[in-house]
Amino acid sequence: MSATIPPSGAASDELLSEPLPGMLGGLRRRLRWSRDPGARTPADVGKAAWWFLAPALILIFVFFFLPVLASLVLSVTDFDIYAIANPSGTRFVGLANYAKLMHTPEFWQALRNTFYFALVGGPLTITVSLATALLLNARLIRFKSFFRTIYFTPFVTTLVAVAIVWRYLYHARYGLLNYALSRVGVSPIDWLGNPHWAMPAIILLAVWKQFGYNMLIFIAGLQAIPQDLYDAAEIDGAGPVRRFFNVTLPLLGPTMLFVSVITMIGYFQLFSEPYVMTSGGPLRATTSVVLMMYEEGFRWWRMGYAAAIAFVLFIVILIATLIQFRLQKERT
Amino acid sequence: MNSKEQKRTAPLVAASSSADSSALQATRQGGGGFESALVRRRVSQIVLYALLIIGALIALFPMLWMLSASFMPTGEASTYPPHLIPSRITFTHYRELFTRLNLGRYLFNSTLIAVTVTAVSLVVNSMAGYAFAKLRFRGRDRTFRLLSLGLVLPVQIAMLPLFLLMKNLHLVNTYWGVIIPGMASIFGIFLIRQYALSIPDDMLDAARIDGASELRIYWEVVVPGILPILATLAIWTFLATWNDFMWPLIVLSDEAHYTLPVALANLSGEHVQDTELMMAGSVLTVIPVLAVFLFLQRYYIQGVMAGSVKG
Repeated sequence: MSATIPPSGAASDELLSEPLPGMLGGLRRRLRWSRDPGARTPADVGKAAWWFLAPALILIFVFFFLPVLASLVLSVTDFDIYAIANPSGTRFVGLANYAKLMHTPEFWQALRNTFYFALVGGPLTITVSLATALLLNARLIRFKSFFRTIYFTPFVTTLVAVAIVWRYLYHARYGLLNYALSRVGVSPIDWLGNPHWAMPAIILLAVWKQFGYNMLIFIAGLQAIPQDLYDAAEIDGAGPVRRFFNVTLPLLGPTMLFVSVITMIGYFQLFSEPYVMTSGGPLRATTSVVLMMYEEGFRWWRMGYAAAIAFVLFIVILIATLIQFRLQKERT
Repeated sequence: MNSKEQKRTAPLVAASSSADSSALQATRQGGGGFESALVRRRVSQIVLYALLIIGALIALFPMLWMLSASFMPTGEASTYPPHLIPSRITFTHYRELFTRLNLGRYLFNSTLIAVTVTAVSLVVNSMAGYAFAKLRFRGRDRTFRLLSLGLVLPVQIAMLPLFLLMKNLHLVNTYWGVIIPGMASIFGIFLIRQYALSIPDDMLDAARIDGASELRIYWEVVVPGILPILATLAIWTFLATWNDFMWPLIVLSDEAHYTLPVALANLSGEHVQDTELMMAGSVLTVIPVLAVFLFLQRYYIQGVMAGSVKG
């Protein structure tokens, strides 16, 4: 994300260049029609710029920002299935939806499940990604792009399809995972049928699916670390472990922040895996916040209530992101 | 029991540690530092390759099994001990998907939606990204900052009101209901802008002096200049749209409009027992995106790496 923040120096200086003062500008503009080369004023370019921006900005505003704002409004109303037919009956209910959420054990459970998934699955994904990135960055290894492609493949697959595949791999009786485990003496586990194992099973799938993307970003980060630093550390007698903790990890700081924020934001939005694999069960053990929002909003059409759920999720993600930025700042 | 096991492992540990120390002694005594370094290099190379290959097997296994099970006769994927390779290859599940379960229709829907979104979003996002990067206008920074706020907002917040909006526009249960919200993306604009910053201003000014209109400059100077990142964005958009699940699930209620992931999730509820059939369906869903990725991965991977590190 840090990548996308505009460089504040050069670009904003250009912005300060004002269009030419009125009269001269008007003259120039008229001259444009006389095909005088170079007669286009900055004001003309500015006008053209808005034409270039219009389609994207209108689409994003109407179909994203506006609904986000509307969601906030929706969350303080009792908008429900009757309101869909006749919206005029909708009433303002203040924070009643939020208050109701706070007293709903299912919501707290969904929040707990989501945190479980994000706080266990996130670091696990990052660890696996970093480990494979280090492996692929080793000097002794050839065929790097071949392995890189293989590791990246799970990331591009369709989540719904691979979730279905994994559901069969996790099958208590015929699943290959239990079969493999039985060969080393582990008795069968009902992965998706046992409330204690269902979330770990989903986390495992998520790590498998996601690590390739983070791995690529880590590889790019590793390649940006100058070799001199490693050489210097080696001369100082630092072994590979010391080199990792004293050179690699500190210099990966910005990459680490980017990867953690992206991974965490994505993981807080957990939806498809439980929808396809467990329907949120067993005993709601895999019902995430988004899954609950979907069910309340689009199955029971309690849209005001569901909008409140969505907003709590947003606040959670916002706080978690800010915490990560703060942690990163403290570390440096 | 316990002590017995300990005894059994104890000699092993002793043996391995003595082997280590003897090797160590050999290096010290032999004085052949170069040779031992070579041996050590070889050993760590073998270990690294072993780890890489194990990792590759784990990454590929679910997909290989999916492919294999899709060719198994009905019931063979649910046997114990499990079969990895079909006892005989059959195409019945694929045939059933196309004849009885309408898969061709979903394939068509998914392709139509993904191709349309990709084509439109390329134009819309590249125009906006270019304008942010290269055109000077009042309020550019402010607009850009406002847009970047959107990156922090989870899309799910927008979905409830978006559904109501689509309903009012009579777009629920139409292709447009899926296509329109995908046509512009903040991420896409950022990606293009980042790349377009490197277009030299002189080139654009020269075109202006030659009297080219802004639209023509965009089309004849800018677009050819940003082709690699357009390829990245195209692949990214195509894959994301093809794989998208939640919004199509919400906005498409009539089976005739289902995309593959929605249809597959729906089928998997009805056909839980038909493992082989579901695997065939999964293969057909995944193959197109895998093909796109494998053929164009150069652009895709470069894009992922470029988009992240620069900042």
